[in-house]
Amino acid sequence: MAVEDLEINEIRALCQTVQEKYNYDFSNYAISSLKRRILRIMEIFKISSAAILNDKLRTDSLFFKQFINELTVNVTEMYRDPSLWRDLRDKILPNLFSTHNNIKIWHAGCSSGEEVYSMAILLKENGWLDKAKIYATDIDESILSKAKEGKYSLKNMIEVNEKNYIRYGGTKKLEDYYKVENGIAKMDASLVSQVTYRTHDLVKSGVFNKFDIILCRNVLIYFNQQLQNDVFKMFHESLFNYSYFIIGSKETLIWSEIATKFITVNQEEKIFKKVKE
Amino acid sequence: MSIEKLNIDKTQFRAVVIGGSAGSFQVITKILAEINPKFDLPIFMALHRLKHVRNGFIEALALKSNKVIIEPDDKESIKRGIVYLAPANYHMNIELGNKFALSTEEMVNNSRPAIDLTFDTASYVYKNKIIGIMLSGANKDGALGMKKLKERGGFTIVQDPAECTIDTMTRAAISSTKIDLILKSQEIIKFLNNLV
Repeated sequence: MAVEDLEINEIRALCQTVQEKYNYDFSNYAISSLKRRILRIMEIFKISSAAILNDKLRTDSLFFKQFINELTVNVTEMYRDPSLWRDLRDKILPNLFSTHNNIKIWHAGCSSGEEVYSMAILLKENGWLDKAKIYATDIDESILSKAKEGKYSLKNMIEVNEKNYIRYGGTKKLEDYYKVENGIAKMDASLVSQVTYRTHDLVKSGVFNKFDIILCRNVLIYFNQQLQNDVFKMFHESLFNYSYFIIGSKETLIWSEIATKFITVNQEEKIFKKVKE
Repeated sequence: MSIEKLNIDKTQFRAVVIGGSAGSFQVITKILAEINPKFDLPIFMALHRLKHVRNGFIEALALKSNKVIIEPDDKESIKRGIVYLAPANYHMNIELGNKFALSTEEMVNNSRPAIDLTFDTASYVYKNKIIGIMLSGANKDGALGMKKLKERGGFTIVQDPAECTIDTMTRAAISSTKIDLILKSQEIIKFLNNLV
């Protein structure tokens, strides 16, 4: 019998266990989705109460890895919002390369890596691939190994990614960049041979480098405002002056402490430029 | 039909949530055109829509509307009297603390935005202070959300399946839980205007 609902105090107790035992802090995640993710985990692993889940988390660290994997949202697409990728290709990147020989890009919360491939293909098609150093990070180690593998469901590749790529207006066909093996699309590994994949917890890990572009699209929506504000500050610190910060099409910086340190480059695509340290 | 006869306190409500899919567009535009401009509860609309078309829907709905319609940003505050439309390719959740929380989680019932998620999260926050309205549509999305809304004490209304262009969604809602009122679209408008 599936658990129908969770109380706020049950969610808080779970967050506390995870904090104490594993040093991950989910207490400032948005409740609406956090609750649903936890209920989903209880359904998948047939756990009948929050108390049992709490015990399992306390005693079973292998289970915790699966917990993290299911808790975080790993739904992503290549070239989601094709118009953003056109803007990157036609304006943002040419602008950067007019003054830089090499740039550094951070995909923060890269999940299974679709955006990393979108970026790599874009760079390759425009002769920039060897001029860009990409860092791709996620909190979840197992999704990072999936990102490194570059294997995606063929169905998704054709129904979602290929359509987005066509809307974006790439110069080739998306299928030129993968091989089909047993119904799985295996991406061309040379695209990401220069990519550094590493685990990074946006809540705890902090600044680790400086970048010319940070993309963090539809990741912070799972955080509450207070935590978003903290992470925005960390991103601000991780950007060179006059470099770019890109968030999801329905995300906003407007109320955050660092809002005045950025100007809006493209309101529709949520591209911001850091103009103040 | 009048709200007095129903014996409900019309001041108890704090929000309205509406779900719709195929065949609901005309009903929605009619509701927005005929609703009293003074209607001051927030209205959350989860309507199935094309995922890759970000623009145009609001404009189409706004043409004859009496109300301001917004696709909320993530963590935007909920304001009275505004109509909120779930943005393309996002689920629209209602978050504790009077805010929206958007999500790009898995599709639910093949849909993002999913009606189930908006109904579920809205009723978790508003408990018995919310009215859920299900309109015409071609799948069963919303039935589970309607059930949760009812369990949490919300008030449930379904568009009369006989009037729906496609009645799959309304029938699914009706079979999932106790529906307080089954109304034609004109009566839904009357019901809402009675709350003013």
